Amino acid sequence: MAQSILAQEPEVRIERAGNKVTAALVGAWTAEHARRVETLVGEISAEADRHHLILDLKGVHRLDTLGAWVLDRTRHELGEKGLASDFVNASPEQHILLNEVAYRGFQEGLKPKRSRFVDFLVDVGQTVAGAGNDLVRGVAFLGELVSAFIRVIVHPRRFRGTAVINQLEQIAYRGVPIIVLISFLVGAIVAQQGIFQLVRFGATPFVVDLIGILVMRELGVLLTSIMVAGRSGSAFTAEIGSMKMREEIDALRVMGLDPIEVLILPRILALIIGLPLLTFIASIAALLGGGVTAWVYGDISPDVFLTRLKASIAFNTFMVGIIKAPFMAMVIGIIATLEGLAVQGSAESLGRHVTSSVVKAIFMVIVLDGLFAMFFAAIRY
Amino acid sequence: MLERLHPAPAQNREVIISVRGVEVGFGEKTILKGLDLDVYRGEILGFVGASGQGKSVLTRAILGLVPKRAGTIEVLGENLDNLSPSERRLMERHWGVLFQQGALFSALTVKQNVQVPMREHLNLSDRLLDELAMLKIEMVGLKPDAADKLPSELSGGMIKRAALARALALDPDIVFLDEPTSGLDPIGAGEFDELIATLQRTLGLTVFMVTHDLDSLYTVCDRIAALGDGKILAEGPIEAMLASDHPWLRSYFHGKRARSVMTGGV
Repeated sequence: MAQSILAQEPEVRIERAGNKVTAALVGAWTAEHARRVETLVGEISAEADRHHLILDLKGVHRLDTLGAWVLDRTRHELGEKGLASDFVNASPEQHILLNEVAYRGFQEGLKPKRSRFVDFLVDVGQTVAGAGNDLVRGVAFLGELVSAFIRVIVHPRRFRGTAVINQLEQIAYRGVPIIVLISFLVGAIVAQQGIFQLVRFGATPFVVDLIGILVMRELGVLLTSIMVAGRSGSAFTAEIGSMKMREEIDALRVMGLDPIEVLILPRILALIIGLPLLTFIASIAALLGGGVTAWVYGDISPDVFLTRLKASIAFNTFMVGIIKAPFMAMVIGIIATLEGLAVQGSAESLGRHVTSSVVKAIFMVIVLDGLFAMFFAAIRY
Repeated sequence: MLERLHPAPAQNREVIISVRGVEVGFGEKTILKGLDLDVYRGEILGFVGASGQGKSVLTRAILGLVPKRAGTIEVLGENLDNLSPSERRLMERHWGVLFQQGALFSALTVKQNVQVPMREHLNLSDRLLDELAMLKIEMVGLKPDAADKLPSELSGGMIKRAALARALALDPDIVFLDEPTSGLDPIGAGEFDELIATLQRTLGLTVFMVTHDLDSLYTVCDRIAALGDGKILAEGPIEAMLASDHPWLRSYFHGKRARSVMTGGV
């Protein structure tokens, strides 16, 4: 194989004659010997001070772009110091190559180094501006959505019932098992910990109040929203994003179809209908989990559990939880579709937006829950 | 037409790729049935054939991406089957591949893409790594500011050029081009052909080009090999293709599209 030739290290013999320095290059001046090539040209440059340098390529049996580049770069650098140098005995092929790679400074080297601190400030600024833009886009999108909704109400024939039902199946029906399971487990865990703490005060039966109020007001809707953001929000972003990527959204538009009406409205409507339903199911599952645990760990029989539950929670407890659900659905839906529409050409852009859709949606769900908590506290509901 | 440095006759030149009796198949279907082909050093070989006949399969078989059932493939005089893994790695430095869609790593910028093989196979200083990558990027006709772009920010023609820069990163002896001009406009395709010819001349490359582009075949290819029925139907310069009376070759080179190319620019 060609190894024998490759293995022949580059060498240089330097001879001085009068005011001329001749560097006779031999061997393979190729990328394989990059370090050696660089050392050698360093030696040549050092020898060439104040003399006319002749680079004799006679003994070079292999020259690649790296070799040619380094040699021409050396020639150029010597030239800048006012030292002349020439290539002699280059074969026609080597000549072409040397001409082709002719040294030029790349702007790369000129790029000023920025300070970390400035970079950090720029990052912070961009993040804040980005968050502001997100908010503005969110509000603008909400407006578009509402106007699309009104259009659909005015022209009911444009309402896509089948799409809504289909999305409902995806979001709500298929999400039931996992949401029931998780709510059941969380309800059970909260009840168990509640019993362990309350038993010290001899107040074990109050675990029923704890479970009832916590689940109805907060846990049910929060768990459901987080699960839906992870399950359906990511799916929305991925679906709409991949349609955006393949220009399907543009195709809809040129066919005179409104992508918001066709794709987004059914999804968000399905979310707004589906999330309260799931919240109800999740709450019941969590109560069931709490009830089973209370029976096992706290000796509270189902009869007692139900009676205390009836006494501790009222209709408003249930309403506090369920009223939040459609708002959570809006937030999840808007974030998911906006992120989907922001996808650009590449697949990794899609992945990035799906991730940020889920993260933003969960974050906003929790923030919104906090706002609601303050609101309900203020109106004493 | 472009001036070529090596228009020498094929007979007395070094064979750089030698394919003998290669059979490749998938499941029941045999695609290549005992195919023989020689590629000579310093030539641009155009490889044509109807869709689905296995042009890409042969390329992939030479590159070792699909297993062959029979036959031998020699590259640079070495039987690829007899190479140890380390020799194989060394061999892979002698060829560069331009995939049809470019196959640029999407998470890396153009410059980083070009630097991937360099980092892997060569021991370069940071300065040289940067300069060489920029040099290759300029050699393929991209502007320096394209170097820091991601593949998703490039147009189709730029992707091909960037992918070519990566294929040339290690100064290979052989470059495999899989439909290099597909998806480019005729002017862009013509420029790309010219670029291939120029690079072939300056770097002394051997180019194995799978193509459908009649313009490419006329302007840059020294020799053409036509694939059909799992074998080479004919090989030789364009004149030999035109003279052939095989029905597929006749319709390929004498069809309406072909005539317009002939009477058009060439």
